[in-house]
Amino acid sequence: MTAEHKLFAYAPAPESRSVVDIAPSYGLFVDGEFTEAADGKVFKSVAPATEEVLSEVARAGEADVERAVAAARRAFTSWSALPGAERGKYLFRIARIIQERSRELAVLETLDNGKPIRETRDADLPLVAAHFFYYAGWADKLGYAGFGPDPKPLGVAGQVIPWNFPLLMLAWKIAPALACGNTVVLKPAETTPLSALFFADICRQAGLPRGVVNILPGYGDAGAALVAHPDVDKVAFTGSTAVGKEIARSVAGTDKRLTLELGGKGANIVFDDAPVDQAVEGIVGGIFFNQGQVCCAGSRLLVQESVADEVLDALKRRLATLRLGDPLDKNTDIGAINSAEQLARITELADAGDAEGAQRWTAPCELPDSGYWFAPTLFTGVTQAHRVAREEIFGPVLSVLTFRTPAEAVAKANNTPYGLSAGVWTEKGSRILAMADRLRAGVVWANTFNKFDPTSPFGGYKESGFGREGGRHGLEAYLR
Amino acid sequence: MPRIPTAAAGPPASLADVTASDGALRRFLHGLPGVDPVGLEARAAALGTRSIKTTAKAYALDLAVSMIDLTTLEGSDTPGKVRSLCAKARTPDPTDRTTPEVAAVCVYPDLAAVAAEALAGSGVKVASVATAFPSGRAALEVKLADTRAALAAGADEIDMVIDRGAFLAGRYLEVYEQIRAVRQAAAGARLKVIFETGELSTYDNIRRASWLGMLAGADFIKTSTGKVGVNATPANTLVLLEAVRDYRAATGVQVGVKPAGGIRTAKDAVKFLVLVNETAGDDWLDNRWFRFGASSLLNDLLMQRQKLRTGRYSGPDYVTVD
Amino acid sequence: MTQADARLSVLKTYKLYVGGKFPRSESGRVYEVTDAKGRWLANAPRASRKDARDAVVAARKAVAGWSGATAYNRGQVLYRVAEMLQGRREQYVAEVADAEGLSKAKSAAQVDAAIDRWVWYAGWTDKVAQVAGGGNPVAGPYFNISAPEPTGVVAVVAPQESALLGLVSVLAPVIATGNAAVVVAAEERPLPALSLAEVLATSDVPGGVVNVLSGRTAEIAPTLAAHQDVNAIDLTGADAELARELEVAAADNLKRVLRPRQPYDWTADPGTGRLTAFLETKTVWHPTGSLGVSGSAY
Repeated sequence: MTAEHKLFAYAPAPESRSVVDIAPSYGLFVDGEFTEAADGKVFKSVAPATEEVLSEVARAGEADVERAVAAARRAFTSWSALPGAERGKYLFRIARIIQERSRELAVLETLDNGKPIRETRDADLPLVAAHFFYYAGWADKLGYAGFGPDPKPLGVAGQVIPWNFPLLMLAWKIAPALACGNTVVLKPAETTPLSALFFADICRQAGLPRGVVNILPGYGDAGAALVAHPDVDKVAFTGSTAVGKEIARSVAGTDKRLTLELGGKGANIVFDDAPVDQAVEGIVGGIFFNQGQVCCAGSRLLVQESVADEVLDALKRRLATLRLGDPLDKNTDIGAINSAEQLARITELADAGDAEGAQRWTAPCELPDSGYWFAPTLFTGVTQAHRVAREEIFGPVLSVLTFRTPAEAVAKANNTPYGLSAGVWTEKGSRILAMADRLRAGVVWANTFNKFDPTSPFGGYKESGFGREGGRHGLEAYLR
Repeated sequence: MPRIPTAAAGPPASLADVTASDGALRRFLHGLPGVDPVGLEARAAALGTRSIKTTAKAYALDLAVSMIDLTTLEGSDTPGKVRSLCAKARTPDPTDRTTPEVAAVCVYPDLAAVAAEALAGSGVKVASVATAFPSGRAALEVKLADTRAALAAGADEIDMVIDRGAFLAGRYLEVYEQIRAVRQAAAGARLKVIFETGELSTYDNIRRASWLGMLAGADFIKTSTGKVGVNATPANTLVLLEAVRDYRAATGVQVGVKPAGGIRTAKDAVKFLVLVNETAGDDWLDNRWFRFGASSLLNDLLMQRQKLRTGRYSGPDYVTVD
Repeated sequence: MTQADARLSVLKTYKLYVGGKFPRSESGRVYEVTDAKGRWLANAPRASRKDARDAVVAARKAVAGWSGATAYNRGQVLYRVAEMLQGRREQYVAEVADAEGLSKAKSAAQVDAAIDRWVWYAGWTDKVAQVAGGGNPVAGPYFNISAPEPTGVVAVVAPQESALLGLVSVLAPVIATGNAAVVVAAEERPLPALSLAEVLATSDVPGGVVNVLSGRTAEIAPTLAAHQDVNAIDLTGADAELARELEVAAADNLKRVLRPRQPYDWTADPGTGRLTAFLETKTVWHPTGSLGVSGSAY
């Protein structure tokens, strides 16, 4: 049904862009100062919804990595010597400032990433603040965390984060690192550098000692230089499995500690006795949250054959109500794809779905003229052999497969090199527990999906990486 | 338009056998998909974050006014009170004649005649509660007599309560037969079946009651009497909306929904309309298919209308107290 | 020379231990094993890449049953290993003395410590989940619990020096938590490892849970490190250069890697590090919610 024919057409309800003041240019944040790159290089950060250039950002190179790691090393001595309670108070300050500035940061993140304001406002920003608040409290309690009576920080952490949850991934990396007494050099993704630079400003507002947090916007070359730097003691990476493997090779034979948060091809398993309406919501949230650009997305729907038609009908009906468009509109459910490159990858894989004979269904919605967009899409008739069932698409594309028995569901769900997330929908308690037991995935959501919390450890099995972020477990990566 | 079920309408042929016996009915109702409370409430809350502005808000406010069953159900109700409420129903905002009239005035059976007289010539319907409202604790004969009295007094619509005791004791067929009996007694009137969701307690029960009511020929399914602790909530109304949506998909028969009790602000009412819009859809965005059982809601809607018209906030002295 | 001395003793033929059986290397190769003074002790099978592959297949087959056994049961089995080792203590004292060139007293201390290490890990099987897991107080109506699970098939490059105590110290924690192991025995001192297999085979350890390969570490370990169906690798017995190579190969399927950290003191408190190195943390969420309809409104 098109908008004109709808009785109750929601008028535009845009969040005000004026709450955020984006400067025309930004530097690197090294040793407490914003500076240009040593070689003077810059790059542009673009709003994916409109292709508007938001700002010009200094592009870190090898010399800048050198400078930032040196600054972090200098800062490490006094930062790690600070009583835990004092370190914690800095983190509490940061958490509070993030809460105060959350509206501004939500708008910024939506502009730079393309995700709906509804998500940055209701998910990203509350989780960011909560993450700092959670780890702030750990800073003076590390001896009780189960890693020995007097655990020590590792030193300088080199952290490389992706573009899908820019500020949240920053929080997942920086909060535990700082709580444990490490100093950090963090490289945000080249398509979403702005919120990390605003975070640098928050560090200054909080009075964080110089050099404790250094932010190096840049491309893969800067990330590779950071990871390879001999004075980095700890590498934490979230991103693609291919790059994760490269990093694992590059740190081989060193003393660098490594945690990797990589790709996934999560199975969302719906049994015939599922709470169908909630399962449909879970399927939608599982694959269309953040336009499916989520490593733990439930990108494979495994539905029991006996209810497949019913569930698919309900799913399609629900998808028709999704509102795609201006990410700043408070009623937008589906925003823009983060970049032209990502859109091309999604398009290529979806085309492979067609070519391999799966049936494509696309939600009825109009795509804006400018920006990068992909309509919510389902593929039915998919088998385990299809590329859309095996490869991470990282976009709003759901592959639908069927199964007959719980054992078959487990076998299919586990039949992937990945192992990050899985979902189970059934009203039968014992089956939930049996399934949860057998699914080879780091997080299993039963009768829910895509839930996150700072207290809850998150991370993968197999090629989805190793190490956990969040919770008590998340401290282990930053202590010895 | 989908056909309106009449007194003659029992379960459609496709579902005829589910009411053949107590066992069959139990198996059917217990075979409906379960409801996960957390997921349900999260969905209702998420829809509550829709931002309805400008033209959409104007549309929603007028629609909400037109969907109100303006209600007084007190022991202290008098003919004077009912007449004044009817005047309000016909002309909600004397300062703005573009304001739509409400859908119905809802009273006890003994005051239905007063309402019928006061509403004559308007489009506002007379709704009467019946069947030993609100507890429903009376013999079937008494309930039927109550219903007939309301109809005889001029009620266009009957708001009956189900026997929650029988439902909770698992005597589903008994509840079904009672609704059928009232349905027949109220032939020609629109029948709203009240579940008292706060007493059924679980969302699974509310879903089962919804199907039970629809199978028995309800024109509307209604959350509550307004007389218990938990009345209409976004979540239990969402369960009802899912039920009517699925029932129409299964049978072709469209049934209305009426949340009642506890909806007091225009902001809440608009959110309920968002629930309707994104759950059951366009076809229910009409007072033929969706009602609010409310009293104080109307004045808040009127104040919001005034705000939208004039750009300044209104106050309680600028709407009528009836 | 007496009459008794004239009797020719029966020599032992050492074999690999794969899938609960004692095969020769499919390659038919053996190599000479000598004692600390260079005297010939025995010929040991020199496992090939194909033997390594067979061992991984056997280990994979064993994972479901072993990881699915109750933790209590695994503890009983590990304790049984200690019992069996105790019963054959003298044999191992002699073997370790030969292999490591120790006095009988020092060798006995090693064997006793190895027995005690089995007891230590036998006790851990049903406690590690409580120490490494637990409930998480998430800010919402959800039950949330994290529990450790075995990672699967673990390749173990056994320490080169400490042929029994070192081996037990790296093997026991791997299988205590439900993993299956493919062990590359100390290259020059493989005999205690091959004999330990005989104890494992008679101690209710299901076939395939432990597989022991002897031969050239630099030949066998790279096959295991590159194998796509191995989940983790313990590099304890690899020298720095080999360890780096193995770690690079392990990155192909992102194996969990436990790097070598020389020097080792196998008599020190082992801690929990080797137990948790081969565990995955799984976190499960489920809604809790209210028992009945709540009064929450907009």
